[in-house]
Amino acid sequence: MKGVDVLATAFRNAFRSRLRTSLTVLAIFIGAFTLSLTNGLGTGINQYIDDTVASVGVDDVMTVTKASEEEPTEGPAEYDPNQIATDGAPGATATALTDDDIDTIADIDGVESVEPSKSVLVDYVRHDDGTRYQLSVAELVPGMRMELVAGEQVDLDATDPELVLPESYVEPLDLGSAADAVGQTVALAVTDATGEQVTTEATVVGVAEPGVITMGGAVPNDVLAEELYDLQTTGAPEAETTRYAEASVSFDTTGGAAQTEALQDRLADAGFTGSTLEDQLGTITAVIDGIVLVLNGFAVIALVAAGIGIVNTLFMAVQERTREVGLMKAMGLSSGRVFSLFSIEAVVIGLVGSALGVLGAVGAGQLVNSVSGDLLADLPGLTLIAFDPVSIATVVLGVMAIALLAGTLPALRAARQDPISSLRYE
Amino acid sequence: MVSPLLSVSNLHKTYGSGPSAFEALKGLDLDIAEGESIAIIGKSGSGKSTLMHLLALLDRPTFGSIVLDGTDTSRLSAKQLNQTRNSAFGFVFQQFFLNAQASVLDNVTLPLKIAGVGRRERTAQGIAALAQLELDDKAGNRANDLSGGQKQRVVIARALINQPRVIFADEPTGNLDTATGTVVEDILFDLNRRRGINLVVVTHDEELASRCDRRIYIRDGLIAAREAVAA
Repeated sequence: MKGVDVLATAFRNAFRSRLRTSLTVLAIFIGAFTLSLTNGLGTGINQYIDDTVASVGVDDVMTVTKASEEEPTEGPAEYDPNQIATDGAPGATATALTDDDIDTIADIDGVESVEPSKSVLVDYVRHDDGTRYQLSVAELVPGMRMELVAGEQVDLDATDPELVLPESYVEPLDLGSAADAVGQTVALAVTDATGEQVTTEATVVGVAEPGVITMGGAVPNDVLAEELYDLQTTGAPEAETTRYAEASVSFDTTGGAAQTEALQDRLADAGFTGSTLEDQLGTITAVIDGIVLVLNGFAVIALVAAGIGIVNTLFMAVQERTREVGLMKAMGLSSGRVFSLFSIEAVVIGLVGSALGVLGAVGAGQLVNSVSGDLLADLPGLTLIAFDPVSIATVVLGVMAIALLAGTLPALRAARQDPISSLRYE
Repeated sequence: MVSPLLSVSNLHKTYGSGPSAFEALKGLDLDIAEGESIAIIGKSGSGKSTLMHLLALLDRPTFGSIVLDGTDTSRLSAKQLNQTRNSAFGFVFQQFFLNAQASVLDNVTLPLKIAGVGRRERTAQGIAALAQLELDDKAGNRANDLSGGQKQRVVIARALINQPRVIFADEPTGNLDTATGTVVEDILFDLNRRRGINLVVVTHDEELASRCDRRIYIRDGLIAAREAVAA
C-alpha cells in the first residue's frame, strides 16, 4: 500500500463512526483549547512586559547601587550619615554613591561608562499662569523608547531643555489636544537647598502613553535634567550635591549573560550591587511563567484524559473492523501497514481536535482581548491573550504526539490480528 | 508430466500444545495441476478449512511442505508471503466481507491498493473487472445497497482484479438462493475454463462439488476419498 493511500484511508476511517470520533475530537478540543489559551495568556502578558521594558530602559545598562555593608539585622539599624532615601518602599534607604565611588566603578573592567543618577524632585508643572500640578520626573537612558501619542522622543543631545509629558497632563495644563501640546512651553519649579522655589522653562516635544513603569512621569532631556539638578542643589554643601542614590553603568552586551554576570561579580567585589533590567523584571516574569505553568498543567491533564479517549475510540474501531483487517491481511497487507493505518487514524483525530482547539482559542482570545481592552484601560497596549506561531505549532504537534502514543496500543492489537481467526464466522 | 502448481506432501497442522493439542491435519498429500478446479469436501471439524488456509498461505503448517510453482513456501519471508497472496491468489468468502460503507469500486480495487497501484490505474482496472461481471453501472454504489448475488459478484470481481492464478472459494454459494448461486457458480467455472484460473472450492454442497474436475473428501485430517470426473 502506498503512503498516500495509507494516509487517505486512515483519514477516511477516522470519520467512519462520526459521533464517536466527534466526541473524542471534542475531548481533545477542550484540552487543546485550554492549553492554547493559557499559553496565550502567558505570551500576552510577557509580551507586554517586554514591550514595556523598552520604555523603561535598555539592556546594555545596569543600575548600580552601593551594597549595604551590614547584613540586615533584627532590631533598630545604626544610623549611617551616607544613607539616603530611595524610590522603593517608604522608609527604604540605600547607602549613597559618592564621586569617589563613581570613579571606582568607572575603573572596573567591563564598564564602558558610568553616569550617576541625579534625582530631581519637581514641585510642580504649570502652563502659562494656569493651575500648578505635581509632576514626577523619570530619567532617560539612551536607547529608551516611550510609547508616544504625539510628537517625538526627547533629543538627548539637544541644547534646549525638552521634555515628554504624560498624556494625562495635557488637558489639566490646558494644552489643547495631544498634538497641540507639542511645541508648547511649560514651567517647572524646584526648591533649592536654601528653600527658595525657582522655575525653569522647557519645551514639550512629545506626549507619552502611560506605561506600567514610567506611569505618570515626565521624561526630560539631559539639558533639562542638568538644569533642574543644578537649580535644586544650589546653595547645598558639596557633600550633599555629590551623593547619588544610584548610577547607570553602560556595558558591552556582546559577551552574553556570562560576561554580564562576571561584571556583576566584579562590581560586588568592589562593594557595589549591579542589577540589569532583566534582573529587575525577572521576578515578574518568573511569577507569570509559574502561574502559566500551573494553568498549562491543568490543560495537559485534560489532554491526557482525551488521550485515553483516543485509546478507547481506537480499540472500538479495531474491534469493529476485525474482519476488514483480517481480509486486508489475507490479501497481503503487511502488519506494519495495518499498524500505520491505525496510528495515523489516531494522529488524524489528534490533529483535527487540536487544530479546532487552537482556532477556537484564537477566536476566544480575540473576544477576551476586546472585552479586556475596556476592563484594563489603564494598561494601553496590553494584548491579554497573544498567540505566537511557535506555541501554536507546539500545541498542535504535542497533541498529535500524544495521539500517536495513544494509538500505539490499539494499532498493535490490529497489527497482530490473525487473518484466519478474524475471518472465521460462526 | 507438467509439475503441479501446488504440491502438498505429508502436511500436518496441530493447534495448541500439550494435552489440549488438536491435530487438524495428519499427514496429507495433494497435487493440484495448473488450470484444475478442485473441491474440498468434508464435515465441519474435518480439517478442510485448515487445508484451505494452508494452501492459501494464510497459515504455516506444523510439519510438511507446500510447494507453489516449484518454490518451497516455508522458505518465503512474511513479506514474500504477503506479496504472493496479493498477486497470485484471489479470495471469495461465503460472508462476502465487503466494506459496507465504501463504494463498490473501492471494494473491488482493495487488492490493488494493497499492492501499491496508483489511483488512476486502480480505477481503470476496477471498472474493467466490474464490467466482466456486468456490474460496472454499480461502481459508485455503496456495497451495502446491493443484493446478495450482486455482492458475491463484487467479491468475485475483487478476487479477479489482480489476475490471480488461484481463486480460493469458501462456500461461495452458501449465502445465496439456488438460482443466484447457480449464476455465481457459472461465473466461477467459466473463469476456470476460459482463463485457466485454478479453483479451490471448500463446500458442503455436493452439486457444486460435482462441477469441479476433482473432489477431495477430508475426514479427521486425512483424505478419505478422491474422485475425478471422467473426462
